[in-house]
Amino acid sequence: MSPEILAIIVSYATPLVFAVIGETITEKAGVVNLSLDGSMLLSAMTGFVIGYMTGSLYLAVIAAASIGSIMALTIAFSSIVFRLNQIAVGIVLTLLGTKLAAFLGQDFVRKPGPYVQNLPIPVLEDIPYIGTIIFNQNIMVYSSYLLIIFTFWFIFYTKAGLNLQAIGERPEASFSRGLQVNKLRYLYTGIGGALVGIGGASFSLDVKLGWSDGHVVNFGWISLAIVIFGGWHPIRAAFGCYFFAFLQVFALKLQPILPRLSQVLPIMPFPLMIITLLLINYKTVQNFADKYQFIGNLIKGRAPSAIGTSFWRQ
Amino acid sequence: MIKIDLNIIYYVAALFVAIILVSILLLLFNVPIFETYKLLIIGSVGSIDKLGDTLMIWVPLTLASTSLIMTFKAGLWNIGVEGQIVAGAVATSFVARELHAPTPVLLSAMLIASVLGGALWGGLVGVLKIKGGVNEIFGGLGLDFVATGMIVYLVIGPWSRKGIASTGGTEPFQSTAWFPTLEGMRLSPLSIVIGVVVLIIVIFIFSKTSFGVKLKATGLNPLAAYRLGIPTSRYLFSAFLIGGGIAGLAGLTQAASMHHRLVPAISGGYGFLGILVVLLSGFRPALILPITFLFSMISMGSVQWQLRLGLHSSFGGVFQGILVMTVILLTGYQLYRRRQLNFKSDRNK
Amino acid sequence: MSLELRNITKHFGPVLANNNVSLEIQAGEIHGLLGENGAGKSTLVKILSGFLTSDDGEIELDSNVLHLSSPYDAVNAGIGILHQEPLVFLPFTLVDNFLAGSPKKFKFNRKSVRLAIEQISKEFGFDFDTNSIASELTIGERQQLEISRLLWLGARILILDEPTTAISSNQRIRLFETIKKLADAGMSVIFVSHKLEEIQSICDKVTILRKGELVGTRDLPCDSSELVELMFDKSIGSQLEFNTKTGKSKLVLKNIASRESNSTITNVDCEILEGEIVGIAGLEGAGQRVLLRAIVGLSNCHEGDIEFAGNFITNMPYEKRIKNGFYYLPSDREQEGLISGFTIAEHFALNFANKKKTLNWASIRTYSRLMIEKYSIKGTIDSTPESLSGGNQQRLLLALMPDELSVILMEHPTRGLDMESASWVWEQLLTRTRFGTSIIYSSSDLDELMIYSDRILVCFSGKIVGVVNANQTNTEEIGLMMSGVLS
Repeated sequence: MSPEILAIIVSYATPLVFAVIGETITEKAGVVNLSLDGSMLLSAMTGFVIGYMTGSLYLAVIAAASIGSIMALTIAFSSIVFRLNQIAVGIVLTLLGTKLAAFLGQDFVRKPGPYVQNLPIPVLEDIPYIGTIIFNQNIMVYSSYLLIIFTFWFIFYTKAGLNLQAIGERPEASFSRGLQVNKLRYLYTGIGGALVGIGGASFSLDVKLGWSDGHVVNFGWISLAIVIFGGWHPIRAAFGCYFFAFLQVFALKLQPILPRLSQVLPIMPFPLMIITLLLINYKTVQNFADKYQFIGNLIKGRAPSAIGTSFWRQ
Repeated sequence: MIKIDLNIIYYVAALFVAIILVSILLLLFNVPIFETYKLLIIGSVGSIDKLGDTLMIWVPLTLASTSLIMTFKAGLWNIGVEGQIVAGAVATSFVARELHAPTPVLLSAMLIASVLGGALWGGLVGVLKIKGGVNEIFGGLGLDFVATGMIVYLVIGPWSRKGIASTGGTEPFQSTAWFPTLEGMRLSPLSIVIGVVVLIIVIFIFSKTSFGVKLKATGLNPLAAYRLGIPTSRYLFSAFLIGGGIAGLAGLTQAASMHHRLVPAISGGYGFLGILVVLLSGFRPALILPITFLFSMISMGSVQWQLRLGLHSSFGGVFQGILVMTVILLTGYQLYRRRQLNFKSDRNK
Repeated sequence: MSLELRNITKHFGPVLANNNVSLEIQAGEIHGLLGENGAGKSTLVKILSGFLTSDDGEIELDSNVLHLSSPYDAVNAGIGILHQEPLVFLPFTLVDNFLAGSPKKFKFNRKSVRLAIEQISKEFGFDFDTNSIASELTIGERQQLEISRLLWLGARILILDEPTTAISSNQRIRLFETIKKLADAGMSVIFVSHKLEEIQSICDKVTILRKGELVGTRDLPCDSSELVELMFDKSIGSQLEFNTKTGKSKLVLKNIASRESNSTITNVDCEILEGEIVGIAGLEGAGQRVLLRAIVGLSNCHEGDIEFAGNFITNMPYEKRIKNGFYYLPSDREQEGLISGFTIAEHFALNFANKKKTLNWASIRTYSRLMIEKYSIKGTIDSTPESLSGGNQQRLLLALMPDELSVILMEHPTRGLDMESASWVWEQLLTRTRFGTSIIYSSSDLDELMIYSDRILVCFSGKIVGVVNANQTNTEEIGLMMSGVLS
């Protein structure tokens, strides 16, 4: 595997990293944002359009993040205040987001627009092999590295991160300790949604430049699958993203040789997701994970117990 | 299961809000509003031909929605409908390709195959949920994509057209495997009959049969239902099988009546659109028909919108999405207000 | 330090859960809060811990009026509550359980928290593996964890809400030792329970609640029968003259034992006759529910045998038992009894659905109207259970019972009903027994047990401590047996 190809894999995985980590945070807080596919499309389009119209990449990313946030917050709001089912609202938003993105973006199809410039890091990029892969990328990619590390540290090594896990795990217990469950849910859903939006932006401004119909190709659904496969753990989720990107690139390479397999490979995250869910319930895996705790944390990955539920004071 | 109490006023108000929002969008894009609504009607039911095409959209959408009603009433989120449509289409195609017989026999065999295929795919979701503890949302979603993988594999692999390995689709079916159509039209009365009959059967199941009322009980309160002697696991599994079978029929009509071959996009997004229909109907089987017809009109109308007004084809979906979103939100608001009032009256006692 | 509750009053709709309750506790005092289920103990405690706000009354700590509008306020005021089911985060480590949700002044330093846990453990003799996660702990150990956490947070007042419900007797001994140590160190403890003997063994004083009112405060130790008299209503139960039992045996329980979540019942030997009415008395969680559910098949008998109509039905699944004429009416009407969202007509339709494949709604509706009238249910055939009062829900449940049942098992059949409705219900039930149906029911109404039972089984702590003929006992005796004083 040449370093150039690995570099492409890293680059290709970056939008996923943003979206998956964002959704992991949202789900840790107990909210399921099923609108990811629509969200990513809408934010990708928005990012590109704003970038095209203003020429500013900063504004583009901010706009995309806002869209992602709004979509996610709609779900949180409907769940918390109206006690509507998060899944229902999520699905409607997916369709609405997808179609709105196509509709509002119609004038910008296949227009050339701004894109994120390559930003090799001096000295580090000269490290043989690794340098080309990791340090010869652009700022989005570098941000994603930082995001993975930061999120990992945040969730497992800060009190705020612990509280985040608490509200998604057992809101009654969190409430009894004085945590403001619903306020925090809004906060983390907003942040998670913003990250999803940034993922969308990094797609249209970097990975697959521009905008077209069906631009983001199921990335939202794939992100949902990777969140589960990632066991709601940022590092494992990131691994899932890179693994999927590898599969995609591998499939492309495979196309001339094994065209059938190459077309089928991209759906791999989904059977993996199902297997993960099956294994979560399987006793032997649980027992193994309990014994070897650090690795266990990586393997186990239980869903936050209160995910998808509305919480209110009795 | 969500019990949405549809107060008519709120419902109508929601529809109003939706139309206003849609009109605002049209204004923003300089599209004449009345012209749009006029074209919607002309474009979908303005002529016999158009009506025929609208009905061809109506059939799979109704079948998908009916399948979803089946599972929703049982308290399940069957997001796997898309995959079940695909499974039905694949089974249909298999029979269409392998069996050589006069049309009535062939079509009957294809029908049975499609039901079995869809039921199998639905049953898989059921097994994953009941035995494996896998939430049916993710089980269904995962199997949707597995079905997509399967169909792509078939279309570019064993069932590919000679010499061309593209994702364009398989060879058209032998002519005996085509649904008969009306003279000069694409409309197939057989498909319509299937759609209507299935809808009537499901309405009948829930309004008149013991199975239906017990399934509803299971969906509303599985604990109490079990106490009353209803074998809840069995009923849930049946819901998956029946729902899957109905979705399989949508695959049948798509393959044999609409496309006459197998294409990767055979499920046409009807699985997801069906969810919107069912949400809009508040899970009432009686409202399915008018709503699916409305949605079909919108889908057909959007073709005219593209041709005559240059309105992007996605606008139909935007319209449908806004409709459902406003109804859901206003319904939620209504429940919220009712809760507030109850709370206040409790305090005042 | 002194904590004072004055005139605490709380309504839930028309129900008066707490009626002018006043209480005073000093530092180092272990104060019991005694009362039957529904007496208002948990409401009072929820108010004190910030989960509910009272409609009226004040709480004063060291002469400062406290405004407890949320659990957060209570935690800050130094009031800690240990719930019956300890609210721990099961997948978290012990250290993380401490840190989650802790006030700002506790820094995120896992090492120092671990040391704190070890120190508290040593002081109180707890046996934690500080590397474990909470789900590995037994309920008793989770309680210890929570107590440690509340200590670490600086609680000065500790409320224990029915803490012995789900723990072993060894763990209970441990718990009591811990409580004494805490009190010696100056902590005020409020010990909420319906178990008389526990209150006697550990508390300094006890406040007794009955039907939302404070009926007395006593210093301990004190005469148990006095406490029993305060806990339960004085009764003048007259025995109803009826005799529907034949000599024939209907159901035989041979040394059965069963277990469900937190409750167990063991060593039950009983023969129930045709047409007999057997009442089960006991405090909440004493085992009545498990016993009833074991007989009907919803709970597994891991020991013993059940004989019915000449067959051993010990392993017969629930679905089959219903087909054989067993019927179970749970006390939780809305969760397990009725189907929220279904109309009354639809409920009756379920009965019809058992016999036929299709439904004739016209006749179902007619039948429903008839039953509504016959059972005096205040509602229409289109009413849903959520809109009915508790009493009417019970009437509906009784109306839904099929005819010609063999054994009816009921939990609290007349809970929430006024006197007239209650006696009408029994009239219906007695009609059935005349046809040979046997009834086994649990109740917390001692009068009801006296009047309507042929025999009364008394449960205490998972065992049957008494089997008496109703016409040879009185409510005092039953009360004492229920509280574990007599056996």
